[in-house]
Formats: sequence, C-alpha cells, structure tokens
Amino acid sequence: MKPANGDRLVGRSVARREDPRLLTGRGRFVDDIELPGLLHAQFVRSTIAHGVITGVDLSEVRRVPGVVAAFTAADLELGDITALLARPLSEFVPTAMPVLARDRVRYVGEPIAVVIARDPYAAEDGLEAAKVTYESLQPVTGEERALAPDAPLVHEEAAHNTLVDVSLFATDGIDEIFDSAPCVVQVDVRTGRQNALPLETRGAVAFWDDREEQLVLHTCTQVPHQVRTVASRCMRLDERAVRVIVPDMGGGFGIKCAVGREEIAAAAAALRLHRPVKWIEDRKDALSASFLAREQHYTARAAFDTDGRILGLDADVVCDMGAYSCYPFTAGIEPLMAAAEMPSVYKVPAYRVRGRAITTNKAPTAPYRGVSRPQYVMVVERLMERAARELGLDPVEIRRRNVITEFPYTGVNNMTYDPGSYLESLDLCERSLVEAGWYDRQAVARAEGRHIGIGYSCFSERTGYGSKAFAARKMEVVPGFDISEARMDTSGAVTITSGTLSHGQSHETTMAQIAADELGVDIAKVKLHQGDTDRITYGWGSFASRSIAVGGSAVRLAAGKLGDKLRAIAAAEWGISPDETELHRGGVRRRDEPDAVLTHEHLADTAYLKSHLLPKDIEPGLSATAIFDVHNDGTFSNATHGVVVELHENTGQVEILAYVCVEDCGVAINPQVVEGQCRGGIAQGIAGALFEQVTYDAQGEPSATSFMDYKVPTAHEIPDITIHHLETPCAFTETGAKGAGEGGTIGAPAAVLNAVNDALRATGVELDNTPITPETVHRALTPPAPEQTT
Amino acid sequence: MTDTAGLGDDVQLLTLDVNGTSYEVITEPRRTLVDVLRHDLRLTGTHVGCEHGICGACTVIVDGAPARACLMFAAQAEGARITTVESLADAETGELSDLQKSFTEHHGLQCGFCTPGFLMLAEGFLAERPDATRGEIKEAVAANLCRCTGYQTIVEAIDACATARRGHCARGTEETPCN
Repeated sequence: MKPANGDRLVGRSVARREDPRLLTGRGRFVDDIELPGLLHAQFVRSTIAHGVITGVDLSEVRRVPGVVAAFTAADLELGDITALLARPLSEFVPTAMPVLARDRVRYVGEPIAVVIARDPYAAEDGLEAAKVTYESLQPVTGEERALAPDAPLVHEEAAHNTLVDVSLFATDGIDEIFDSAPCVVQVDVRTGRQNALPLETRGAVAFWDDREEQLVLHTCTQVPHQVRTVASRCMRLDERAVRVIVPDMGGGFGIKCAVGREEIAAAAAALRLHRPVKWIEDRKDALSASFLAREQHYTARAAFDTDGRILGLDADVVCDMGAYSCYPFTAGIEPLMAAAEMPSVYKVPAYRVRGRAITTNKAPTAPYRGVSRPQYVMVVERLMERAARELGLDPVEIRRRNVITEFPYTGVNNMTYDPGSYLESLDLCERSLVEAGWYDRQAVARAEGRHIGIGYSCFSERTGYGSKAFAARKMEVVPGFDISEARMDTSGAVTITSGTLSHGQSHETTMAQIAADELGVDIAKVKLHQGDTDRITYGWGSFASRSIAVGGSAVRLAAGKLGDKLRAIAAAEWGISPDETELHRGGVRRRDEPDAVLTHEHLADTAYLKSHLLPKDIEPGLSATAIFDVHNDGTFSNATHGVVVELHENTGQVEILAYVCVEDCGVAINPQVVEGQCRGGIAQGIAGALFEQVTYDAQGEPSATSFMDYKVPTAHEIPDITIHHLETPCAFTETGAKGAGEGGTIGAPAAVLNAVNDALRATGVELDNTPITPETVHRALTPPAPEQTT
Repeated sequence: MTDTAGLGDDVQLLTLDVNGTSYEVITEPRRTLVDVLRHDLRLTGTHVGCEHGICGACTVIVDGAPARACLMFAAQAEGARITTVESLADAETGELSDLQKSFTEHHGLQCGFCTPGFLMLAEGFLAERPDATRGEIKEAVAANLCRCTGYQTIVEAIDACATARRGHCARGTEETPCN
C-alpha cells in the first residue's frame, strides 16, 4: 500500500545521489582500485586477421625487467567460453571462444598470451619481446566474401561462415500480395561497424581471498552474475568461490554485457600467481579489438495499396558478427531481434523475414544500445518514405495511416504490443517542428538554393523483456526476472538490492525514489546495493532498458512487503488490524487517528532489539525479498523523432539545425534522468548516422585504432534537443514504467537519414547507408562534370 | 611511493605541486603526469580515457590553463602549479563548488567518468574567459568527449555557472574569480 502522504518522489526530478562523489573525484572505477602487491596484465595480441599459430615464444618476455610471468593458453588450461542457443543445428552453429587463442587466430587483436608485470609500463615492454609465428590463412573480411562458395572458413564447423540462419515468419500468400500490389518499394541498407565506446575502457582487478576462499574479481561488466558463471566454469571453481564486484562504471552501452576473455584471463593469472592482478584495456585495444557492433545489411521490400497502407514486408537480414559468438547473448541477438521485431509501430498484415549471423575475421560483436533496432527502424522508415514519394503522399501522412492505434494489438510477428502513443507522438513531433517554423524556413531556404531537409522516425522498442520473451528467442541462458531485497536496520535506515546495475543511468537515485515512496522514508534513508554477486541473490544485470521496468518493479514489490511487515508490527502494538494502518512519511499511522504514528525507528527497534514484544506470527527482523518478471510479450516504449538538417555544398557536412524527440516510456520515475538517457542516446544515434565507422582492409586490418581515425561527435556536432514526454502507463510492471535507455539511439539514425534524403530531394539521389559521410553528401550535391568531347 | 625495485636505475626524484601541496615522487622519466597523479599520489579523480590527448578525461589545470595529463610526462610538470578535481569542493566542509553544483543541477553527468575532465576544462576556460557566451562555451566543451549526456546539459551547467559568477561580480559580492 502506498504511503498516504502526497509528496511522492516518483515522477519528480530528484537530484542524483551519485553526483557528489562523482563530481569530487571520489567515485571508484576499476582502475582506481589499488591492492598491496598489485601486478599488471597486458595481452599479446594477434597481428594478423586469420592464421594458424605455429609458435609462441615468451622466453624473452620473461627476461624483461619488471615482468613477473607470462602465460599462454597452454599454461592456464582454461575452459572455453561458449555461447549457446537452444536451436537446431540448421539454425545455429555453436562455436567456442577460447580465453586465449590456442591454435588459431581469427582477428587482429585476438589475445594470445598474457604478460604480468609489476607495472603497466613494464608489461608493455614485455609485449614487445613476445615472438608469435603464424601460418597465414586468407582472411574473410566482409559479407560477400564470407558467403561466397569458395570462402575460407572462419570456424570449420560453420559451413558458409554462417552461425545463425533463421526464417521466423512467412505469411501464406505473401508472394501473391507483392505480385498484385499497386506499389512495391525496396531498399538496400548497410550500416557501418561501430564501437559502443564507453569512456571507461574495459578492465578488471582480481585476487584470491584466502579467508573467504574466493576469487574476487572487480570488473566493469553489466552482467556480474553471468561473468561469475563464466569465470567459475573456465577455472573449474564452484560459483560461490567467485565473487564479482562492479564498482562505479564509466558507461557500458551494451558491450559490457558480453563476457570478455581478458577479464577471465586476468582472473586466472591472479589465481595462478596468488597475487592481485589488474588489467586495464587501452584505447587502441578498445577501439580495434574489443567487442564492436552494428554492421548489418538489409535487403527489404514493402508492398502498399494506393492509399499508402502497407500490405506486406519482406526482408533479408545479414549481420556480420565478426570472429566469435559472444556470451551470453550469442551471435543470434542481432538477427533474432531484427527478425522478430521489424514490423515496429506499423500494422503489417503480411511478413516474411530471414535473419543470418555470419562470421568474419573481424573483432567480435556484442549487443550495443538498441541492438538491431536502429537498423531495422531505418529500413522500415526508408520504405515508408520511398512509398510516400512514389504515391505522392506526405511522409508524415503515410505513417499516420499505418501506425497501430488500437491496443492490445497482436502483430504478424505474434507479439502483443503494450499500449502506447504511436499516433500521438507522431502528431506532436510534427506540430512541434511546424510551430517552430521549420517548414517555412525550409521553403525560404530552398528558394535560396540551400539544402534543408526534415526527417522523422517512428518506432516502438521492446524494453521490459521478461523471461518469456527471452525464452521465445530460444536462449540457452534465459534472462528476464529480477530479485530485490529490502531491509531496514535498527536505525530505520533502508538497504535495497537490485540485480540490475547502473553504468550511468542513476539507479542509486531512481531505485531509492521507488523504495522511499513505498516505505514513507526519506530518500536519504535508502541505500542501493548493486553489482556484487555476494550481496545480490541473483541478477541479470542491466541491458535492454530493463532496469526500471523489471528491476524497479522488484524493488517496489520488496519495499511493499517490508512496508506490510512494518504495518503488521504497528498494528500488533496498537491491537488493531494491519488494514487499519497506513504508511506515512516517517512511520506507520492509524487510519482512524492520523495523529497516532509509530516511527520507523521505533518499529525497527521493536523488530530487532525487543523481539519478545512481537506476536508469535511475526518473525524478528525487517527484511523482505521479491521477484518480478514480465509475463507478457514485454513492455514497449515508443517515440517519434524529428530532425532538421542542412547540407553544406562545399564540405558535404550535415549540420543538424533542430532535433525534437517525443518519447513515451510509461511512468517516468525521474524525468530529468529520462531526458538524460534520451539525449545521450540520440547523440550515439547521430554518431552512427553521420560519423562513426570501423572499416577493415583486404588483409583484415582495422582502420580505427585511435580517435584520430574514429570520429566521435563532440559538443560541436550534437545539437540541443527538445524533448516532449507522453505517458502511457504500463499495465505489466509494478512501477508503470517501461524502459528508457535505448530509444534515442534507435530513433536517431532513421530520422537523420530521412532528413538528409529530404534535403537531397532536388538531386534525385537517395541514400540508404550509414554513416552518411561528407564525401557521399558532397558527391550527391555536386552535379557530375559534363563529359568532355574531343 | 612508487616501488622502484626492478624498474632499473633510470628513475628520478620529482617535486610536484598539486592542489597546493608539495609531493616528492621517485619515478621513471617516461611516466605520464596522469599516471603519477592517479597511481603514485592516489589522486584518482583524474581519469584516463584514451592516452592520446583526444578525449580529455585526464584534463587538469597546469599553471592556470587546462592541460591533458596523459600527454605530459610528470617530469615536465615539475615547478608548475597543478590543480585537479580533488581541489574543487571545500576541503573543510566538503561543500561542492558552484560549478560542481551547477553540474548536478543541470544533470551534466551520468556515468561520471568524463566529468572531472569537463570540470577542469570549464574551470580553466572560465578563468580565461569569464564573459564567454553560450556558443563559446559550447566550442570549448567540444575539446572533451562525453558518451552519456549528449553535451547539452554540460554546456548548460557551465553557462549557468558563468552567468551566476558574473552576477556575483556585478554585485561585488565575490572576490574571485572576477577579474
């Protein structure tokens, strides 16, 4: 039962409780952890993209001053990391990722050996003395090569270099629909390989704790319990003999929910040496050899009637997953997400899709904020725009005619969508740009020969995936539920736990807002424990924007149960029924006599220190645990993004003049935090649309090894963003919240691409690929020189 | 103090002035300023994001101007006045500085990893350009990378702080930093 007081914290932009320590330099990130006798690890990495290792000689390494040890795969004898899907071999081919490469290397940067030294500088000196010899194999550096009949195999067991190949939906009669449709449009969309690029690179500090008989591994991961599972299996330890602790985390954005090889190798070295070992990834490795993301190719077509209503969608999705399938999400995450959810916010009556994950000699990929949704939203939104052009319809009007407006809506993909504001967000977004005068300004600018374009994207995103949704994906490791414990100590202070964890999303504040409201305590009395496998019963970590929708619901339930116990104790003291009491700010009060209040401190004192006063049916102590899962197909946040761009003829630069985001994530626990998530997400989406890309040359050498080669947008490129909130409370979560983490990244690329195409309208050129480089834009705006005649 | 055993003979004794305190450090000449601050002096507020001078997470103030601590050897900073994020809040009371408060009010940070770099960048910049416009602040902020906020709230935080400082100066209620 909610506290009766009116000053609830949920829904208010409460100041962040994380800030004081982070603003004063007192945050504790992995590299801030110092331990007596700490050693430092660096990795000998493959210099070639594909080859057989014929020799690893570390004898010179061990003679380098400061080097303490150097290990190969044979020295550490670790089990492999193998991510599995419960799908038939025709759909999924499992491949093992050894912690250190044993006999074969599959990408530039693959770890082969680990050098341990007293100092990171000495460890780097050690790397230079390592001698690795290879027998080179032909590298597979792109989709066409990977799928060619004579292609070398990246993994012998994966024919056609295909790890995942699924055809999930095929509506009967879809070919006839396309054959007879008055309008069929198609697109060929390619998106660049990107780096999620948390500012804090990956890292780990591990040591063996003799007293606890535990390997303690501090690491910046989004999934501590899953890292524990992998570490214990690789090292053949009981899970309780591994404790994973996540301190402050400098961003994750998805890639830190793939279990990395290096943190396991560093932990194994600590175990072997009985000394603490630290590994901090440098930026060169983070850019080129860490988990990457996003490289996909879509060929898709859509059929429309003459009114612009979509009749069918037919798509082929190929995802270049790089050299290994990541744990726990597997190479299936991108094609399965795209295939299942592509119809997005539109009423698509017929659907066919094939999704494939192929393996190449590039750094492996992992989930990255949005996972396939930035791409398939781009595909569907390009199809909408193209059909609008062909049918002479306004681009907003064609969307208006197709968005789902009645809920519950069960799609052709067998998913039932959570009610949302698809039409309302579109209308508000358009109105916002109209009222700001952008259409008028565009008309004037066009008359002056300037290239201004306006573009939109509409989307919904499944956020609160419960275990049902993940199980439907046929994952061998099925995430979904979350556990929370709420505990009050004798001073009336509350500790809550969550199996999710913040890497910038402000959980210490938002989770405390939820619990404080349930209990009627001051927010300063609530402390969140997260990211420690010994403190948290079990957790699936933070990804898929699940934290508030799922984790927050568990927190609310646990705090609610604790509140019930407080009321029961108070009722017993008053000799009334618990129903005759309610939580009130500061304690429990009688409904019939609002001035009669028993404080939290008083009740806690009774529960622990005077337990003899409790009735027999009330156990001493004050703690409660709750588990929450989303039992339907998930929760669906939605948004419309609108963007105005100007293309500069001389430089090919795409300048963003205005950006409007209308988002609906259900109940916003802390609107300022939601806006922060939107803005940050949009910045990453713009980055993918216009700037960031890791390319590989024919030998499999990555182009991006420093920020000189990988353009991360700065304040100069990212515009101010206007955000409007709509609120369609979610019926499937305890908080009414859906997820808010990924939407910005999902909506931005499509909106930017559409705006660029609107600006290019007069040229007849249409662009479907990202990043949209200045070169592409310049070429589109510069008419080819007239052919010279001789 | 650094464990010099095994590091060879090539070590030097440095005296560094950090946040008004004088520190003696024995270190290799190749050791960067940021590593000495973080690991030898245990001032871990300054962060390392790229080690090649682009991201700005390691920004500190050296003799009044923002500098990349990853691009300087510690030896180069001898004799200079170095200021790090640890100096901003009131040492006695722990009260946040006006700039720090402005960052929290405007939600100018999320994961907080880049934040010390932005704070020191802004302090250095505003000391030089107290009258900076919002546009100029945005240009200055473009020197550092943030991956969480989309920058807008960082610019707003710095702009609001600068505006408030100018207000204080105009009213003559503050002695510094009104120059």
